[in-house]
Amino acid sequence: MNLEFSPEEVAFREEVRTFIEENYPEELKGIGSREDLSRDQFLAWHKVLGKKGWSAPAWPEKYGGTGWTSTQRYIWSEENARVDAMMPLPFGVAMVAPVIYTFGNDEQKARYLPKILSGEEWWCQGYSEPGAGSDLASIKTTAVRDGDHYVINGQKTWTTLAQHADWGFFLCRTDPDAPKRQEGISFILVDMTTPGIEVRPIITIDGGHEVNEVWLTDVRVPVENRVGEENQGWTYAKFLLAHERSGIAGVARSKRGIERLRNIASTEVLDGEPLINDDSFARKISQLEIDLTALEFTELRTLARESEGKGPGPESSILKVKGTEIQQRLTELTLEAVGNYGAPDYRGFPEDGSNEFPIGPDYAHHSAPTYFNFRKTSIYGGSNEIQRNIITKMILGL
Amino acid sequence: MDFNFTEEQTMIRDSLARLIREQYDFETRTNVVNSESGWRPEMWAQFAELGLFMAPFSEDDGGLGGGPLDAMVVMEEFGKGLVVEPFVPSVVCGGGFLKHAGSAAQKEEHLQAIMGGASTFAFAYAEPRGRYNLADLETTAKKDGAGYVLNGHKAVVIGAPWADKLIVTARTGGDRRDTGGISVFIVDKGADGVTTRDYPTVDGRRASEVYLENVSVGADALIGGEGEGLPLIEQVVDEAIAATCAEAVGAMGVAHQMTVEYSRQRKQFGTPIGKFQVLQHRMVDMFMEHEQSISMTYMATLKLGESEVDRKKAASAAKVRIGQSGRFVGQESIQIHGGMGMTEELAVGHYFKRLTMIDSEFGNVDHHMRRYTQLSATDLKAAAE
Repeated sequence: MNLEFSPEEVAFREEVRTFIEENYPEELKGIGSREDLSRDQFLAWHKVLGKKGWSAPAWPEKYGGTGWTSTQRYIWSEENARVDAMMPLPFGVAMVAPVIYTFGNDEQKARYLPKILSGEEWWCQGYSEPGAGSDLASIKTTAVRDGDHYVINGQKTWTTLAQHADWGFFLCRTDPDAPKRQEGISFILVDMTTPGIEVRPIITIDGGHEVNEVWLTDVRVPVENRVGEENQGWTYAKFLLAHERSGIAGVARSKRGIERLRNIASTEVLDGEPLINDDSFARKISQLEIDLTALEFTELRTLARESEGKGPGPESSILKVKGTEIQQRLTELTLEAVGNYGAPDYRGFPEDGSNEFPIGPDYAHHSAPTYFNFRKTSIYGGSNEIQRNIITKMILGL
Repeated sequence: MDFNFTEEQTMIRDSLARLIREQYDFETRTNVVNSESGWRPEMWAQFAELGLFMAPFSEDDGGLGGGPLDAMVVMEEFGKGLVVEPFVPSVVCGGGFLKHAGSAAQKEEHLQAIMGGASTFAFAYAEPRGRYNLADLETTAKKDGAGYVLNGHKAVVIGAPWADKLIVTARTGGDRRDTGGISVFIVDKGADGVTTRDYPTVDGRRASEVYLENVSVGADALIGGEGEGLPLIEQVVDEAIAATCAEAVGAMGVAHQMTVEYSRQRKQFGTPIGKFQVLQHRMVDMFMEHEQSISMTYMATLKLGESEVDRKKAASAAKVRIGQSGRFVGQESIQIHGGMGMTEELAVGHYFKRLTMIDSEFGNVDHHMRRYTQLSATDLKAAAE
């Protein structure tokens, strides 16, 4: 057991650090990773990485992965977090792509994977429905065979950034009479420009437009857009959720967030002294950092197992729960740290061509909306309660 | 980066686990704890025979070439079996001082005896009014010719009733709580002027109040430089913290397992209580605390050799996390066992008691949170300059 990086790994860190410094898009610097960016902003770094061949490190090499070890991937995420990089969104790279290259046919792989790598096509996820959240298997959207097409009808919701999406992957019921609810579902890729699709914004408590309702009325989709077997979609859906969970911990990003929090707390003043000197506040930061260390080493243990070809161990199921709890506490403490200037609503100011919001320190502007927005993290990707149900079943065997 | 155990470490774990399974079942332990001496010297000898006491020391020192990771492996198994024998006081602390700062002659005399099990050490650092501050010492050592004369009162010295030697921290100079002026001595427990009051602890071990009254020791009793003891003490205590965290990990794992098992057996409202989601989620939380404690123990153990600030922060972070996790796992174990968890007869309550006491050993959650916070502030200042 040791924590040392090999000389090759040290050299790798140097290489990616230099690459990031030289190529990270100028217009994104200092913005951080936010939900209210334009489509071009979201894709800017993705496209640079696509050209370099680094947009999907976790994929198998033959589909365009980098062939990096898990340690290299860890280094990669740390180096990106240093500049608060806006990483490729997960919907294409981390969610639908593994389903396509694992269960799709050759035509599908050739058609979809390259454009996911390059950032040319944007994907969204059609999973949740008004009546199917944690209980995902109860979806009602139907896909009925009509010759060479499926005709899809129904409503999806919480569809993240669907307003920008070119394609969506949808769970649809293809056999309403299946004996078990899980058995009649198919996994279908849908061109979002197909007639009959309507994307309606949902404004969330942070005031942002990040999620949407997607209404589908007699949407005709070629049968060849189905991935894998008909009625086997649940298997692929679960596979995808497992992929979504790994990497959801966000350790490197939270580390950077704590650094930023310390800087804020060193600037904010309490009784004429930096806030960071206040014992009770300093200890909250310490507790957060200690818990993040526990998460980081739990993730490192998981990565080590993976790199030896062992499946993710019991420790990996913790990553989603603890990772999101820490992200939430971080946003909460950041909001606490900025004090009074958490209140002004920066969106209430008309665009005057400048990016400057005239009220309060810059670091305060997004603190409240980000805190509000991050309440989502313990709900999405299988709520943290669902994660506990999974651990109960899979690990405790109860 | 590598999280695998060596073949030797796996062998130590397996043979120790077998020995504990065969000769350290809960009933046997209960009898030993309630016996007059409170331990089994013959068990201690068997541990020595297994090579456990040699494992963490270098081959140059006559050990097996291992290090803190080997101590970690041993202590995790000790934790699983609620072993009371004093591996941390004697091997990790006694051996630790000698390993880091012992002269060739001291190593020859004492380290060999520790590794062979012939001599058992206890670590007398705490004082009635010093709480967890390692520098808050009223015990004094005054120069007397070539040697020293020691006076003072050492508190709750774990394993002292079983020890023949004590490591004593004392002030050779400076004021109370000064970081300088602290020295470390080996004191023969049978020396003139050493008296002890022995007693059992609430978690099944034995400890002593140690009184030193004009105890004369030779110059060869001093470990390390006179007045320069604090950095050495902190290093050894951080190593003891890592080992104690490993013990907590072992104990937490068993308490959790026992609880899950009990929830399968115990029926209420016509169904096993393990079917109730409110209990399931709490047992998942226990599982997560245990797993994270494993991670923190690895982290602290692996960082023992790093820079002083990194080492201290790692040890304190681990002790905070393990103190909190141990308390949570212990309390939930009792709660989910219901009334049965309250009984002396069931093992789970004894795991709870040990986990509770681990928090206050070598500094509790508050102490280490404070230490961590202070170290972070120092770090931040250094970065700014």
